[in-house]
Amino acid sequence: MDGSAARQTDYQALVLDYVRSPDQDAARPVRHPVIVVGAGPVGLTAAIDLAQQGVPVVLLDEDDRLSTGSRAICFAKRTLEIWDRLGCGERMVETGVTWNLGKVFFRDEPVYSFNLLPEAGHRRPAFVNLQQYYAEGFLLERARALPHIDLRWKNRVTGLEAGPEGVALTIETPEGEYRLACDWLVAADGARSPIRKAMGLESRGQSFRDRFLIADIRLEAEAAAAFPTERWFWFDPPFHPNQSVLLHKQPDGVWRIDFQLGWEADPVAERQPERVIPRIQALLGREARFTLEWVSIYTFACLRMERFRHGRVLFAGDAAHGVSPFGARGANSGVQDAENLAWKLRLVLAGQAPETLLDSYDAERVLAADENILNSTRSTDFITPKNEASRAFRDATLALARDCGFARSLVNSGRLSLPSTYRDSPLNTPDTDTFAGPMVPGAPAADAPVRRGGEAGWFLAQLGGGFTGTYFSDGGALPPALLDALRSLALGPVPVQPLVVAPPGLPPAAMPGLTILEDSEGLLARRYDARPGSFYLLRPDQHVAGRWRHVAPALVQAALARAIGQDGGTAC
Amino acid sequence: MLNTDLNLAAPDDVYEALVALHRDLTPEQSRLVNAKLILLLANHVGDAEVLRQAMAKARAGIAPAGRDGTRPVTA
Ligand SMILES: Cc1cc2nc3c(=O)[nH]c(=O)nc-3n(C[C@H](O)[C@H](O)[C@H](O)COP(=O)(O)OP(=O)(O)OC[C@H]3O[C@@H](n4cnc5c(N)ncnc54)[C@H](O)[C@@H]3O)c2cc1C
Repeated sequence: MDGSAARQTDYQALVLDYVRSPDQDAARPVRHPVIVVGAGPVGLTAAIDLAQQGVPVVLLDEDDRLSTGSRAICFAKRTLEIWDRLGCGERMVETGVTWNLGKVFFRDEPVYSFNLLPEAGHRRPAFVNLQQYYAEGFLLERARALPHIDLRWKNRVTGLEAGPEGVALTIETPEGEYRLACDWLVAADGARSPIRKAMGLESRGQSFRDRFLIADIRLEAEAAAAFPTERWFWFDPPFHPNQSVLLHKQPDGVWRIDFQLGWEADPVAERQPERVIPRIQALLGREARFTLEWVSIYTFACLRMERFRHGRVLFAGDAAHGVSPFGARGANSGVQDAENLAWKLRLVLAGQAPETLLDSYDAERVLAADENILNSTRSTDFITPKNEASRAFRDATLALARDCGFARSLVNSGRLSLPSTYRDSPLNTPDTDTFAGPMVPGAPAADAPVRRGGEAGWFLAQLGGGFTGTYFSDGGALPPALLDALRSLALGPVPVQPLVVAPPGLPPAAMPGLTILEDSEGLLARRYDARPGSFYLLRPDQHVAGRWRHVAPALVQAALARAIGQDGGTAC
Repeated sequence: MLNTDLNLAAPDDVYEALVALHRDLTPEQSRLVNAKLILLLANHVGDAEVLRQAMAKARAGIAPAGRDGTRPVTA
């Protein structure tokens, strides 16, 4: 699908019709394997991932609209890669504004710039900027194309009983109440999470005493020409003294501007156009022509639930954790929650993995949330100093940044979203061989260009929805015993799809039953520190489960068993 | 390891220089100068463990009587 067709839909105006479900007429509550509550970016991603793996999903949302107002705009490389696997990454990138560069100014001087993706050989950029309603709209259209998703708008969960065997829900609709039951409930119902409240649970953390004016404006082309497709962040600029400002481009000529206002600012008065317009003119010039799309005043907090799994209820996205937006870590981390959870739920539902596999969702994503909260708190501390001493360190850093290299690295206007490495996950098989580089067990798989059957493509696109075993060959024929071992990986109850990687330039010989990839620029082997004989076991969410210099079927089977939570057992 | 034994050839000179640095500054300007100095020295020292020991030593014996601008939240 192309971007111009996408633009014909006004996703902000889209009304999603309530449709009566036969479940509402059932004599007894109908039971479903999985119900996802909340059709935000996280719930939609979870539902698509499950449905694409063949798990039927009911997705409930109390509303009949996509995201409104100023919300997420920066979607990270890893999120795009996940959405690629779910069949809707391309549209996001086509419509989104691609960027890799950020610049930081102190007063009116540039002090620091960063390139978030300094190397070539990746399918996706560091970020695209895309209004959240586009992201949700594209996810929605993908969801509608899948047979296993039953989307129900204007279905508000008002009551819940969670027991050891399942969850019972009370749902309010325009035509009255009905009840449903499920084996597993995914609570992706946002920051205020009514499900969290109904279960008597809490999300805890800290709030920052500061207010931000967030304006999305539509800017005429001439005014926009002065600003490149980069993230620009000012500390104490002449046009907004003593505070910070962020400027960022979105599709359709829309720009996001964040003005820091300070704690004393009046949140009602500051939202009025007569206050907002002069602030924007101070930045863009008095002659700049623009219209206001959305204006809101926000305060931010960092918080999380203590645990994300509560029996048969699994919390994901903003329901489970919240961050200030300066690292673009909210939706991005929630999408990673969804993909971490989906394959685990599928295996548990299929009886192929013990329920305790879901505890690893909790362990891995709580750790990721802590990493996101840490980064986002540090950025907020820099932008909104907490006391006089922290203000002095901040100002000192900015002043030194002009001529001291070390201080430039301390300038923190947001450390932007990166996926977490699940370093100590119980699902990892620790290294017994020596490898260098970042692809440790628990790391998200790096992309690289490959050629398959002579056609150029990308490594991540070759990883199906299940486990993958990537064998790095020397390009020659494989010994029969190895061929058998690789082929047999695909035959277990939890299949491992074998991939054979050949070095660049050697057109690899066909091997029936095996997919062969040419490492067209040699980047795959370099990024994985692979030599001929090296083998990587990758999980369905593309994180590394284990790796060896020499593959032995018993090692792979044991690592697979471990990765699906059958500790000490085998997958066969 | 943080060295707390004398490591300066002319300690009185250095002490005097530290005080002199602030002679004509407001408290706010002094705070900024101190912050710059700490950052420059921290980077020069480079050893995070030594810096942590120095921070702990600097805080030791001071009973907290202030609070910063963050507030606990529960949602
Ligand atoms: C100003 C701002 C800028 C941001 N920028 C970024 C950014 O650049 N990048 C980024 O990654 N993140 C960003 N975020 C964060 C991002 O918007 C959120 O993290 C994201 O929306 C969370 O998605 P979610 O699906 O968990 O929750 P939500 O998007 O809040 O969705 C929850 C859904 O649950 C539904 N629901 C609630 N209660 C019920 C109920 N009882 N029954 C049924 N349905 C219910 C709601 O209708 C809603 O559709 C930003 C946020 C703000 C405010």
